[in-house]
Amino acid sequence: MFAYLLRRLLATIPVMLVVALFVFSLLYLSPGDPAVVIGGDTATAEDIARIREKLGLDQPFTVQFGTWLWNVVRGDLGISIFTNLPVSRLILQRIEPTLALTVCTMVLTIVVAVPMGVLAAWKVGTWIDRLVMAFAVLGFSFPVFVTGYLLIFGLSIWADLLPVQGYVSISNGLWAFLPNMVLPSLALGMVYTALIARITRASMLEVLSQDYIRTAHSKGLSSGKVLLGHALKNASVPIVTTIGIGLALLISGVVVTESVFAIPGLGRLTVDAILRRDYPIIQGVILVFSAAYVMVNLLIDVCYTFLDPRIRY
Amino acid sequence: MIDLARSMSRTVGALAFVGALVLGAPGAGAESGPKVLKFIPQADLRSLDPIWTTAYITRNHGYMVYDTLFALDANFVPQPQMVDSYTVSPDKLKYSFTLRPGQKWHDGAPVRAADCVASLKRWEKRDPQGQKLAEFTASMDAVDDKSFTITLKEPFALVLDSLAKLSSNVPFMMPERIANTDAFQQITDATGSGPFKFVKEEWVPGNKAVYVKNTDYVPRKEPPSYAAGGKIAKVDRVEWLYVPDASTASAALSAGEVDYYEQPPVDLLPVLAKNKDIVVANIDPKGSQGVLRFNFLNPPFNNVKAREALLYLVDQTDYLRAIAGDPKNWQACASMFACGTPMATDAGTEILKGKRDPAKAKALLKEAGYNGEKVVILSATDQPIVNNQVLITAELLRQVGVDVDIQANDWGTMITRRASKEPLDKGGWNIFHTWVVAPDTATPLLNNAIRANGANAWFGWPDDPAIEKLRDAWVRAPDLEVQKKIAADLQVEAYKFIPYIPTGQFILPSAYRKNLDGVIIAPVTFLWNIEKK
Repeated sequence: MFAYLLRRLLATIPVMLVVALFVFSLLYLSPGDPAVVIGGDTATAEDIARIREKLGLDQPFTVQFGTWLWNVVRGDLGISIFTNLPVSRLILQRIEPTLALTVCTMVLTIVVAVPMGVLAAWKVGTWIDRLVMAFAVLGFSFPVFVTGYLLIFGLSIWADLLPVQGYVSISNGLWAFLPNMVLPSLALGMVYTALIARITRASMLEVLSQDYIRTAHSKGLSSGKVLLGHALKNASVPIVTTIGIGLALLISGVVVTESVFAIPGLGRLTVDAILRRDYPIIQGVILVFSAAYVMVNLLIDVCYTFLDPRIRY
Repeated sequence: MIDLARSMSRTVGALAFVGALVLGAPGAGAESGPKVLKFIPQADLRSLDPIWTTAYITRNHGYMVYDTLFALDANFVPQPQMVDSYTVSPDKLKYSFTLRPGQKWHDGAPVRAADCVASLKRWEKRDPQGQKLAEFTASMDAVDDKSFTITLKEPFALVLDSLAKLSSNVPFMMPERIANTDAFQQITDATGSGPFKFVKEEWVPGNKAVYVKNTDYVPRKEPPSYAAGGKIAKVDRVEWLYVPDASTASAALSAGEVDYYEQPPVDLLPVLAKNKDIVVANIDPKGSQGVLRFNFLNPPFNNVKAREALLYLVDQTDYLRAIAGDPKNWQACASMFACGTPMATDAGTEILKGKRDPAKAKALLKEAGYNGEKVVILSATDQPIVNNQVLITAELLRQVGVDVDIQANDWGTMITRRASKEPLDKGGWNIFHTWVVAPDTATPLLNNAIRANGANAWFGWPDDPAIEKLRDAWVRAPDLEVQKKIAADLQVEAYKFIPYIPTGQFILPSAYRKNLDGVIIAPVTFLWNIEKK
C-alpha cells in the first residue's frame, strides 16, 4: 500500500506540470490585457507599456513561464496584479469558506441521499420509489441559483429564520457559523442529493438481485440487516466514487452558490480574477484545484480497499 | 414518574447549558456595541491606490481614508479642505497655501507641506488634469511644515479646480514616505488623514473592507457639500460588504442585514421602493452620461458623413429607457458637458435633438461610401448599461441597411479589444458603448471622449485640430464666462466632427434603510455625516 501511495504521489508531479503549462498557455493566449484594465480610460499607450513592463508582461512566453514555474516550485504563487497581495494569502483566506460549504453540503447530502436511495431500492416500484425518483428529477432540474433565491425568499425574507447572505468563520463559534451555512448547503446540496440518491438506488438494486442477498433473507435475517449489513456495504463502491467525484466537483463548482450567498470562497475568487485578468490568481487557484482533484481521487482509491477486501494495490 | 420528569428536565437543562457554552450564545454581548454601518458598494475593492487606478471603487475608498487640499462643493466651486488659507499673487503666477493646524496622519505623524507636495507630484504623473497643471507649473515647493507654494510659468485659471478634482484620479494627500512610491507601482499602505482609517487586517478582497472612525480627525466647521465642508464620521465602523448578486444584495437590505446598497439594478428598484423600511433615493442628481464611440481608423466611421448618419438615428430616450427604466431616473441631454454642470450647453445639438430621419441617415451612409460592409460593435454582456446601448445601436443601424456584427465580450475583454487599432479582420472594431459619470464629462479638460488629438486620444483616436485648439483655449481662459463661451464653441465644432454621440444622462439611485440619516447628495458616495439611528 505504501509503495502504491508513493507511486501515485510521484505520478502527480508530471500531471501538475502539464496542468501548469496548460493553464499558463491558456491565459497567455486568451484575449485581455491586465495592463489595459489597470491603466483605465485615461492611460496613454506609453502608460500601458510601462505598466506591462512593471508586471513583466512584456517578457517572452518562455521567460514568463519559467519565472512563474520557478517561483511556484519555491512555494511562491506570486502577487495579485490588482490587490497587490500574495496569491497564497488570498487562497488561504478563501479556502475555509469553500471547504466549510463543501463539507456541510456533503454531510447534508450523504445523510439525506443515501437513506433515500436505499429506501427507494428496497421499496422499488412503490410510491416511495417514485417519490424519491421525482425528487431526484426535480433536484437535477432546478438550477442552484433558483433554489437559492427560493430559499432566501422563504426562509430569510418571509419566515425571517436565517441570514440572507455572508459568511461567519467557524472560529467565531459553531452557533455563529452554522446559520450562514444552512441555505447555501441546502441550495447546493439539491443536485448532489439527487445524484447520490439515484446512484445509491441503482447500485442497491443491482446488489439486491444477487444470490447471496436471497441467501441472507432465507437465513432469516431482518430486512434492516440485509439492507445495511450486506447490501449497502457491497453497493458502496460506486456510491463512494460518486461522493468522491462530487466532493471534487463541489470544491471547484461552488461559484454560483458563493455568488448567490455572498460567500468569499475560492470559486468567486477565480471568477473575479478571470474577469479582471488577474493572471497570478487564476494560475494559483487552478493549480490548487488540480491538486485537490488528484488528492481526492487518490483518497477514493484508498477507500476502495476498506470497502471491498478483494481490491488490493 | 416525577423523579423521571425532573431528571429529564435537568438533563435537557444541562445539555442546553453545555450547548450554549460550546456553541456560544447568540446575541451575547450585542447590546450597546459600536455603531456599524454596513454598506454594499457598487464594486469590489481590489486596489488601495487611487492614483494608480481610475476605478471608482478605489476613488471612493480614497475619500474614506484620505483628505484633499481643496474640494468641490455642490456649486462646483473649489473650497479649501486641508488648506486653511491661500493667496494668489497679483500676476496670478504664484499660489501660496497654508495647511490647517492639528491635522495628523493615521499613524499619528503630523501632516506636513512636504507630504502634500510629494502627493501632488505623484498624482500629476497619472492624472490628465494633473499633467495639465504640471505643464503650467514652474515649481512646487514646501516653504515650511505648514505652507507650500505653486509657481506657474503662465497664468492657469484651473489651479484650484485641479486640486479639488472630484473624480478619478483625485489628488488625495498621503504621507511623503508613501507618496514617493513610483506612480506606476501600487501603494500597499493606506495611511491617510481622512475621517476613517482602513483596517487592512480585515480586508478580504472580493468580500469585505473595513474602516474605523479616525478619532484624531479635525473636521471643518462648514456643513458638508459634495466633497467640501465638515467630514464628520458619525459611526464607529463602516463595513463594505461586496455582494456580487443583485437579488441577494436587495434581499439583505430588505432583511436589515445591511444598511445601504449603493447601486441596486434598476429592475429591482420598484421592489425595494415598496418596502416601508427602505428609502430609494437619487443621491447623485447629476448621474452619468451614455457614450456611443466611433473608431476613426476603420471605415465607414472614419468618414464624417457616416458619423453624422448616426446623429439622425440616435434617439436618446430609447437608450435611456433601456438603461435606467423609470423616466424620473433620466433626462435627454445632448450637451457633451454633463447637464447641470457649469459648461453644459445646447450649442450645436440641433441635429441630435431634431426629428429622427432614417432616410437622411441612409443617404449619408451612401455618401460616406458605405456599401454593405460589416460593422463591428463591441459589447460587454456582463455590463447591462453597455449591452443595452449596443442592442439599440445595432437595431438602428440594421434599419438603414447596415450589416451589424455585435461581438459579445465580458467587460475585461471589451476594454482590451477597444484598444486595438487593427482593421476588422484582425480584431478591430467600429463602435463601442460605455458610460461616464458627470464630473468626468463636466469640462473640456475632463471629458476624454471629446478629445481629438489623434493617436494620443481616447480609444477611437479622432483627430481634429480645431477641437484641440479650442480645448487649449479653454484651459487658458481667464474666467468662467470665457470658459463657457469657449465650451459652447467647442461643442459646435464637436457636433460637426462628431468624436462621439452622448446617448443621454441617467442616474443610478441608491437604497438605504430608513434609520440612516444625513446621506450626502453628491456625484460620489460619501459615508461621512451618516448617522445610524
